[in-house]
Amino acid sequence: MLIHVSVHRSPPPPPPATLYYEHWVNLRARSQSLHLPLFTTSIKHERNHGNVPLTQLLRHKGAALTQQAEGRPLSSCYRFTRSLLLTSFLCLIVFQEKEYVGFATLPNQVHRKSVKKGFDFTLMVAGESGLGKSTLVNSLFLTDLHKDRKLLNAEERISQTVEITKHTVDIEEKGVKLKLTIVDTPGFGDAVNNTECWRPVTDYINLQFEQYFRDESGLNRKNIQDNRVHCCLYFIPPFGHGLRPVDIEFMKALQDKVNVVPLIAKADCLTPTEIKKLKERLREEIDKYGIKIYQFPDCDSDEDEEFKQQDKELKESTPFAVIGSNTVVEARGQRVRGRLYPWGIVEVENPSHCDFVKLRTMLIRTHMHDLKDITSDGHYENYRAQCIQTMTSKMNADKRVESPIPILPLSTPDVETEKLIKMKDEELRRMQQMLQKMQQQMHEQDL
Amino acid sequence: MIGHTSVAVGGLYGEKASGPTVDFSYVGIDAILEQMRRKAMKQGFELNIMVVGQSGLGKSTLMNTLFKSKVSRKSVLATSQEKIPKTIEIKSISHDIEEKGVRMKLTVIDTPGFGDQINNENCWQPIMKFINDQYEAYLQEEININRKKRIPDSRVHCCIYFIPPTGHCLRPLDVEFMRRLSKVVNIVPVIAKADTLTLEERDFFKKKIREELRANGIDVYPQKEFDEDAEDRMINEKIREMIPFAVVGSDQEYQVNGRRLLGRKTKWGTIEVENIAHCEFAYLRDLLIRTHMQNIKDITSSIHYEMYRVRRLNENNTVVAHANGIPEHHLAAHEM
Repeated sequence: MLIHVSVHRSPPPPPPATLYYEHWVNLRARSQSLHLPLFTTSIKHERNHGNVPLTQLLRHKGAALTQQAEGRPLSSCYRFTRSLLLTSFLCLIVFQEKEYVGFATLPNQVHRKSVKKGFDFTLMVAGESGLGKSTLVNSLFLTDLHKDRKLLNAEERISQTVEITKHTVDIEEKGVKLKLTIVDTPGFGDAVNNTECWRPVTDYINLQFEQYFRDESGLNRKNIQDNRVHCCLYFIPPFGHGLRPVDIEFMKALQDKVNVVPLIAKADCLTPTEIKKLKERLREEIDKYGIKIYQFPDCDSDEDEEFKQQDKELKESTPFAVIGSNTVVEARGQRVRGRLYPWGIVEVENPSHCDFVKLRTMLIRTHMHDLKDITSDGHYENYRAQCIQTMTSKMNADKRVESPIPILPLSTPDVETEKLIKMKDEELRRMQQMLQKMQQQMHEQDL
Repeated sequence: MIGHTSVAVGGLYGEKASGPTVDFSYVGIDAILEQMRRKAMKQGFELNIMVVGQSGLGKSTLMNTLFKSKVSRKSVLATSQEKIPKTIEIKSISHDIEEKGVRMKLTVIDTPGFGDQINNENCWQPIMKFINDQYEAYLQEEININRKKRIPDSRVHCCIYFIPPTGHCLRPLDVEFMRRLSKVVNIVPVIAKADTLTLEERDFFKKKIREELRANGIDVYPQKEFDEDAEDRMINEKIREMIPFAVVGSDQEYQVNGRRLLGRKTKWGTIEVENIAHCEFAYLRDLLIRTHMQNIKDITSSIHYEMYRVRRLNENNTVVAHANGIPEHHLAAHEM
């Protein structure tokens, strides 16, 4: 008797497809970015199997695919689908190997280097005393920066001038190191006569720019310390009805030197409607007085809708109304950071209570790099251009002044040379016209 | 990207998606890496590679093989003239290539005519002048009053030097060239057309070359003195034991064992370019592109370029000093 041996019972010799499984997994990810059609998507669930010889998988899938064919021997269908699948992704693999160079790892290489070096960020907080600046900074970065500070009483504060104090703290999280510097301005707006109380602040910012400029133009540029102020949080008291004159003057004085982010401080004394009204009022006044605060960059057109929606919400809720707290209270059965009042508990990290979460996300998680970029490409470049121009005009005026920074012969001609060139051009043109006229006259005489 | 999902989950504000649980100790500063990465992807990268070597050593083919597309001068210029030019020319061709969303502007700088004349004295001068000109252009842009946000980087990041496979030792031309150029640019020496050497000959040749480089004080990439920490040193030591890489280039495909591979087909077998048992092309590609590309660019910009800049500024300080009648050491002293 003939024993019918169907092909599928004896396992076929494994083709070199065992190697292909890893390629296949990567290929699927890549083909999605290359927008290539894939022949079968059912295999993607097998991703976690590791290095399973593909023939086993195919056998399983091939059998599943041909389950409808009852009564027919599985062998031919199975063999057909298997060969179809193999040849299809063989082509894809070859296509992929042929094209894959490998420089897509560049962003990772850059990233590795930055992690080693660490980042730095300088944040300035400005506003009258008692608006919760130190508490907010402590809540943002989960540190305690002002452990032993003495608060002066009213008498001592009468003759006080605005100081600038700096605190530096090193934070490390998940392997990323951040050197955070907080610049505080105690005494701002506290005196009886507050004329020009922003002068020490602008002087400090200019000093940092100047120091960076010197370092950058110097000979040894290996370890430049970047102490430029990247962002200034300005605290507006919630008690008034909008911007006060000192707020307007301060923000206008600083708008070209640093990224100004206005905040409504101590927002737990306002109801939601009041907050909304105040924010609208502030936005109007900022527009009216032409104050250039930090604008969030527009998101790209290829971002998804959810991101765009969130970005829109973020932009509409400026200026942020914040509450800070470092004490942990019990609310709704959980431990949260907040302020305990007899009438309820204000939770700092609850988005419906205040905008602290939005501020933190914006400042640290999404826009920190952008803040640094705008400081370095915008504000610093302006300062540098002005500085160089004043220096060169001073040098032209007084030839014996020694240049504090090395100046190379610049490729762009200065104003006087340009004027000379223009004059010479005019002369040349006039002479050419005269020549033409003379030529014409001679020509007519000859005729 | 260090895996913390609160940034990815729920879009911009991770907290909304993760609910009321508050992580007391998490600030979120590692998200700055993601921000940097997005910015880098948007901006794209630049890479300038120079190939130097006698004609016929397979420079253009190797470039095509490295980037898996026709990037070399011969593929781009219609007139594929095989004549040797009378003087060394410098020809640079740029391409914009993209892979997995990462965009790169690749510039291949070719130097036809190098080492081909009868008298090859000073044939490195046009090349050194070209490299210094690129540094000068960058410097001028940097000291400009209104400088661009992103200064276009045309500095030569890496110079691949092709050593002919004689099997004995370096020639005087090779030594002279590498000695001068290793001071201004990163040099990666490779043994060209390595399919003429057997494995023993190859090992012997490499050892000889390494000895000669050491004897002449030539520091090729990766330079020993620029290793930053122990981890780098370990990786770079392994690479230093393998240089110069013995490469074979090819841009034609053949069928081997059912797969189509780049290779060279001869009567006695097919040499597979990407097979590390056959030649070391894969190591060169990994070094240049997959692992050390950023490091090469950093060394160019922070070490070679800075040295050029310091030299230029000191030259100028002496000029300014003489004009002002001030002795130079006063000016230089407070800079350092």
